[in-house]
Amino acid sequence: MELPAQTFRVTRADLVRYAGASGDFNPIHWSDRVATKVGLPGVIAHGMFTMALVGRAVTAWAGSPDAVVEYGVRFTRPVVVPDDDQGTEIEVTARVREVTEDGLTRLEVTATCLGEKVLSQARATIRTAR
Amino acid sequence: MSLDASFVGRTYPPTAPYQVGREKIREFASAIGATDAAHHDPEAARAQGHPDVVAPPTFPVIVTMAASRQIIEDPVLGVDYSRLVHGDQRFAYTRPVFAGDELVCTNTIEDVSTRGGHGFLTTRTDVSTVGGEPVVAVWARYVIRGEA
Repeated sequence: MELPAQTFRVTRADLVRYAGASGDFNPIHWSDRVATKVGLPGVIAHGMFTMALVGRAVTAWAGSPDAVVEYGVRFTRPVVVPDDDQGTEIEVTARVREVTEDGLTRLEVTATCLGEKVLSQARATIRTAR
Repeated sequence: MSLDASFVGRTYPPTAPYQVGREKIREFASAIGATDAAHHDPEAARAQGHPDVVAPPTFPVIVTMAASRQIIEDPVLGVDYSRLVHGDQRFAYTRPVFAGDELVCTNTIEDVSTRGGHGFLTTRTDVSTVGGEPVVAVWARYVIRGEA
């Protein structure tokens, strides 16, 4: 079973706000100068910001912010965020892998940016409402 | 990048308590666009049976990332921070984090290896309340890129 796709727009302003809220001030997430110096195509989103957006999709599917039992990802490809008003977009889909007898649903999650997967082994377990 | 495999299994002393503020949860939820009332409104959270506003699932990284400096900046382990790349992240929740929690982190090095010139470091952080109630276990895997 496939869950309905959710999309999230990401702009430079979002990265600045996330840096402040999370305390992750690594300059590759706000300075093109530093990002290109370390070999990136430009400023990239915090992996944990992408993971947080995917977490929003998971809690939305679960229907409750406290329903997530387990959640893990591997960061495979950076999300490049251009310095314009449009930014970029992350699309999140998921497939139900398993529904257990004790009321847990295991999801296989896919997150893409410009058609390329940005995460692998993205899995979440949610408590199914009874 | 070669890391000392004898660090596997090492557990560090618990970190100083982190006080989870209601405004910090609201700020984090707003930054990721999470608008559910349970993240923002204590009354809405209490109506769902929670003691106060509920943190989004990845909120604990604020606490664990700060705590992991214990390992990453351990001069004996010798990780080169400028070559550190975040590879994997995983959370296993006993319960969500709530405003008012006082959280303590206990860091353990689960795995250290070197392959293809790159170092790999897996850490586990057990996050509990000051009273010893487990809240969430958090794993992070880092790649320390070798000098090409």
